[in-house]
Amino acid sequence: MKNEKLISDDGIRFDGRKIEELRPIKFSLGMLKNADGSAFVEWGKNKILVGVMGPREAHPKHLALADRCRIEVLYRMATFSVGERKSPAPARREHELSKVIKEALEPAIFVEMYPRTTIDIYVEVLQADGSTRCAGISAAALALADAGIPMRDLVSSIAIGKVEGQLVVDVKDEEDKQGDSDMPLAIMPSKNAVTLLQMDGLLTHEEFIRSLEMAKKGCMEVYQRQKEALQEHFQKSANNDEET
Amino acid sequence: MKDNYVPSVKKRQIMELAESGKRIDGRSLMDYRPLDIKPGFIEKAEGSAAVHLGGTYVVAGVKIQPEKPFSDTPDKGVMTVNSEFVSMASPEFEPGPPDIKSIELARVVDRGLRESETIDTKKMCIYKGKLVWTVFIDIFVLDHCGNLIDAAALAALTALFNARMPELEFKDVKQDVTNTLIEDMTPQDGWKEKVHPVTEERTVFPDRKKSPLPLRAIPVNVTLAKIGDKFFVDPSKDEEEVMDCRLSVTFTEDGNICAMQKGEPGTLTPEEVLRAVDIAKIKSQELRNRLPIPEDILKSIEKAKAKKKEKD
Repeated sequence: MKNEKLISDDGIRFDGRKIEELRPIKFSLGMLKNADGSAFVEWGKNKILVGVMGPREAHPKHLALADRCRIEVLYRMATFSVGERKSPAPARREHELSKVIKEALEPAIFVEMYPRTTIDIYVEVLQADGSTRCAGISAAALALADAGIPMRDLVSSIAIGKVEGQLVVDVKDEEDKQGDSDMPLAIMPSKNAVTLLQMDGLLTHEEFIRSLEMAKKGCMEVYQRQKEALQEHFQKSANNDEET
Repeated sequence: MKDNYVPSVKKRQIMELAESGKRIDGRSLMDYRPLDIKPGFIEKAEGSAAVHLGGTYVVAGVKIQPEKPFSDTPDKGVMTVNSEFVSMASPEFEPGPPDIKSIELARVVDRGLRESETIDTKKMCIYKGKLVWTVFIDIFVLDHCGNLIDAAALAALTALFNARMPELEFKDVKQDVTNTLIEDMTPQDGWKEKVHPVTEERTVFPDRKKSPLPLRAIPVNVTLAKIGDKFFVDPSKDEEEVMDCRLSVTFTEDGNICAMQKGEPGTLTPEEVLRAVDIAKIKSQELRNRLPIPEDILKSIEKAKAKKKEKD
């Protein structure tokens, strides 16, 4: 793998995608019985399950906020989600991702409607294949919607990478590991508001400007899939209601 | 006084229904909830399975890696079972170090597999005293609607069935034995031939990549809840909340018992234990018939059995 090229001369990536092509994305909602809201996403080989609990009483109580609800995110990777078994103890990476995911989702939630409560968002990566935070954020937005939590908009996310000198949309594991840079971005599409932005690697100023454009376009595509999944889910519940 | 009306009303209702052989969710006392097993759910794991048992949802993944053996079993592979109660699975689960119930779950599943000698660990040796294959079985509880033990045991066993051995890589050999194995070994010079397994049969290593695990048993666990004087097969969460105690019994395909666990503070008379074991035996065979077992695994289990008979 290491010596192989990730992008062919005619601009095809090693998994057969074009430069700006996303992997197949399939969201589904409401599969968990205990969680108040849930969503599952298969994003390429990523398999991520998100469960939302709440709004519920803040615990411990002294952490409750008087004017709004507290958002807690726990991003975890299953031990078998990656090539070499991951230790079950949470790593620093998981702590950081939990934090940035929380900050990516919070702007979309009407937190002021639920003072003194907590909404817990559990992001469980069952299989990881690059851009897990983006897939996790996008699925979490749907899980929040499934829980019936009022939101300003969905949050859609995508990562732009730089591989062998070229900017590519939706970074896969190998492209992340061997590529030159990775820039995950999340936005509330209808508000045109960026809620997550990270970057590691090296980009020229011009490349950054292009990356941002590509990311916005990519997020719109994710947004479309999210809306389709929402519609399908609620259509199904509506049909079930009619039957019973 | 503690408010315990709800559980006691629920318990009375469950017991009254049971008098006419019924349960809250419409099952008979002997029925399992609908069971759905998806083998190979996680492609990146060596083996995996997703199990739905009613609303209970469990995913098990198997990773197989070369590790140092324990000093008292230098020529045997290692198996470990670990379980995680993911917080989204129940409002009662909290993030943090493993809950005592999660440890019990992992240990009961472990015992069923270990005592039935499901994995032939002697065939998992790479280099005696230095390097053996370790099988990590990780169970993730994603939705808790009762009877986690049976769901987890089925997921773990199915994950072992569809597990395939990874290829041994040079860096693993080099790293794990910190150059003491063969000092002048380089990746080019047929290093694999220099690392010999101690067993006479090379069924696992190093010739056949993608070969299955050396398995030789099909242990199946059945859990019963005791409420009043009745047993409830495959208890739901409601039933678990009000049960006096539970009994889990693991049977091998020969009808032998390989692990048991009584849980919760209630008691059983010896006669009740015998009755529960009889029920568990019947139900374990029913469950076994529904397991997706690949052909090659079935054959290898039969072969291992025939061989054992010969020896006896």
